[in-house]
Amino acid sequence: MRLKGKVALITGAATGERDGLKGIGGASAWLFAREGAKVVVTDINDEMGRRTVKQLTDDGHNAMYVHLDVTGEDEWRRATIATVSKYGRLDVLVNCAGDSAGSEFPVETTTLQAWNRMMDINAKGTLLGMKHAIPEMRKVGGGSIVNISSMHGIVGTFTVTAYQAAKGAVRILSKAAAIQYAKDNIRVNSVHPGFTVTPLTASMFTKPDIHADRVKGVPMGRMAKAEEIAYCVLYLASDESSYVTGAELVVDGGVIAQ
Amino acid sequence: MRLKGKVAIITGAAAGVPGEMMGIGGAAAWLFVREGATVVIGDINEKQGRRTVAKLRESGGEALFQHLDVTSEQGWQGVVRETASRYGKLDILVNNAGIGILATVEETTVELWDAHMNVHARGAFLGTKYAIPEVRKAGGGSIVNVSSIHGITGSPTLAAYHAAKGAVRIFTKAAAIQYAKDKIRVNSVHPGYTMTPMTEPGFSIPDVMKAVMGRIPLGRLAKPEEIAAGILYLASDESSYVTGAELVIDGGVTAQ
Repeated sequence: MRLKGKVALITGAATGERDGLKGIGGASAWLFAREGAKVVVTDINDEMGRRTVKQLTDDGHNAMYVHLDVTGEDEWRRATIATVSKYGRLDVLVNCAGDSAGSEFPVETTTLQAWNRMMDINAKGTLLGMKHAIPEMRKVGGGSIVNISSMHGIVGTFTVTAYQAAKGAVRILSKAAAIQYAKDNIRVNSVHPGFTVTPLTASMFTKPDIHADRVKGVPMGRMAKAEEIAYCVLYLASDESSYVTGAELVVDGGVIAQ
Repeated sequence: MRLKGKVAIITGAAAGVPGEMMGIGGAAAWLFVREGATVVIGDINEKQGRRTVAKLRESGGEALFQHLDVTSEQGWQGVVRETASRYGKLDILVNNAGIGILATVEETTVELWDAHMNVHARGAFLGTKYAIPEVRKAGGGSIVNVSSIHGITGSPTLAAYHAAKGAVRIFTKAAAIQYAKDKIRVNSVHPGYTMTPMTEPGFSIPDVMKAVMGRIPLGRLAKPEEIAAGILYLASDESSYVTGAELVIDGGVTAQ
């Protein structure tokens, strides 16, 4: 069991219903639980999050649900307190909550409102999560923070301008935090998924023309499953990656290697 | 068991005798065997390689030593043929063999340049070239090329090593793109400062150690086992959507 005894908080993890299409957060919650972690599932979708946690606990895993809008600092305070008061510690944080909806525009037509929303959910949410998790991790002698960026935090595209900027912010924010907290044995890394079929993307990626267009650019010729990203998150969360910090792991079927 | 039923060739893996200092290849050989793989060690150091294989077998694992100079085309053909005929297939190749000699651009002789280019770059090229047909026959697999942080950024004391590791980094991406359709994944690992039999002489010089430590946010050198764990991730099916990627394991050095 690769996360035995660890307590992990995962944002955007409601999408872990057993029979539904899983998101990266939901798939990570199951993988972490199977590897022995106590999992704090957080999300704004309370109904789905509670169902996911019920299925996890019905399966014999340790899990709890906490409502968390990642853009609110008070909510982060409450979530970390809830975690530590129930499980006694916090070892792993996965900043997975994210959204690209409403950012599908090039630079000229990107509204300030769309820009701010993308920056809040994707970038500010990551900052606040780290800010409130780090003191708890320091208390237990270290930990691992995994920030979900995107391949679009590394290369550009014709659309989702504000989303890309926000994911680029997550990428470099991860390195800043990695350098600052290495002395506390807190590792911080980013994951950069390529096209992944999740509840967030399914409505778009299952349209035949969009699917064909996206897959055309993928050397492996297919999209990722959320579980394939979750295994990367597990590697970075576990002590197997004990010398990895400030690094970026691209899981994209070869797209940006071209 | 994360590599159950898989057959792997690891080059530069002779230094894997428990109780002695291990290299990255040797540590990877032990991890792979523990995770259920059959491991073929290719190295020029026969004596040490055979001792490592004997220990791996004593532990209950399946392992084989093959003399391999990675710069030799015939050598590669022989090792791949022997692996396939003995174990029936090849799933994983880890191009790990390497050398490192301190010399700035001005100090680098053509001989030193060629030696680095041959072992690192030509070695990874030939290994990949001759492994691909066998891995394709097995329905796909994983090639892991051990580059370095020195394949990404420069340093005051090396030249040919940087160039050779940089070649490995981008050669990896070319191979990844070309063989993705065959379900052959190709990725690079970029270790930072790691204590191994190859680096130990340099790190035992107090001034070198002091300069190096000042650059590492995590404040310590890597153990070969920590690099091996990254190689395992890329070798196993857990990284089934990872290709053409680079995994940096450097304690934060290149994130600065």
